[in-house]
Amino acid sequence: MTTLQKSGTMIPITITKETVLVVKEQDVVPLRNTVKQCAVKIKMGLVNQTKLITAASELVRNMLRYAKGGAVLVETVSVGRNQGVKLTFQDDGPGIADINQAMQDGFSTGNSLGLGLPGTKRLVNEFDIKSTVGSGTTVTIIKWVNG
Amino acid sequence: MERIPILKMGQFLLVTIQVDLYDRLALDLEADLINAVEKNAAKGVLIDISAVSIVDSFMGRILGNIANMSRLLDAQTVVVGIQPAVAITLVELGLPLTGVRTALNVERGMELLNSLITFDDTTEEWDDDTDNDH
Repeated sequence: MTTLQKSGTMIPITITKETVLVVKEQDVVPLRNTVKQCAVKIKMGLVNQTKLITAASELVRNMLRYAKGGAVLVETVSVGRNQGVKLTFQDDGPGIADINQAMQDGFSTGNSLGLGLPGTKRLVNEFDIKSTVGSGTTVTIIKWVNG
Repeated sequence: MERIPILKMGQFLLVTIQVDLYDRLALDLEADLINAVEKNAAKGVLIDISAVSIVDSFMGRILGNIANMSRLLDAQTVVVGIQPAVAITLVELGLPLTGVRTALNVERGMELLNSLITFDDTTEEWDDDTDNDH
């Protein structure tokens, strides 16, 4: 198993959580709404909301394309006085053989622009990906209100 | 099935996206729009995304595709109404939509389309003049 972590020394405390299942393309719309509601609830600014929802949109597409769907855990979290939205994308798809390669701009095995993972990482504050070939991939992102 | 309506305005096609896009819907729009350009012999396509709060890499690619495909059919594409937050997100995502003409709003987009087409006409006239001189 390989992992890649961006930062994150403190462990966030979960305030609310909700799981959204994504099995077809249209499911991305309710997921975006759930994420938006969470972000609005903790008074996240419009630009950060947009970045977070765009990141979620990218990751859901990956899940649908490579793993035929999965589950998304939507949480509002806090570390000290800082609040944020944490999203965990879990699938039991084929997994990613080389995460470092998958994180490179322009790399894709699926005939896309290859911006999904590296682009998503740029849009959020915390980004963590764990993948095991043959058993699935878990991507966790956090966007802080003041991030 | 859900479809995004395409309106014909003179020699232009006008599309206002007012729903949350998902991939299938965006792909259908791409196909419908290119067919409409051909069927109506449109000279320009104006896409208003002022009501769209999220443009991710897939939708960005579709917008680029529409611009390129229309160009092959001799039509200009202008995307209007990009929200500031969407612009910030697109650039950070790594998708600055180079190759897609943009304008602030529908009005300026229409002006831009008109000027692009007038410019085309004047260049042709200039060519004629040069021919006459010789």
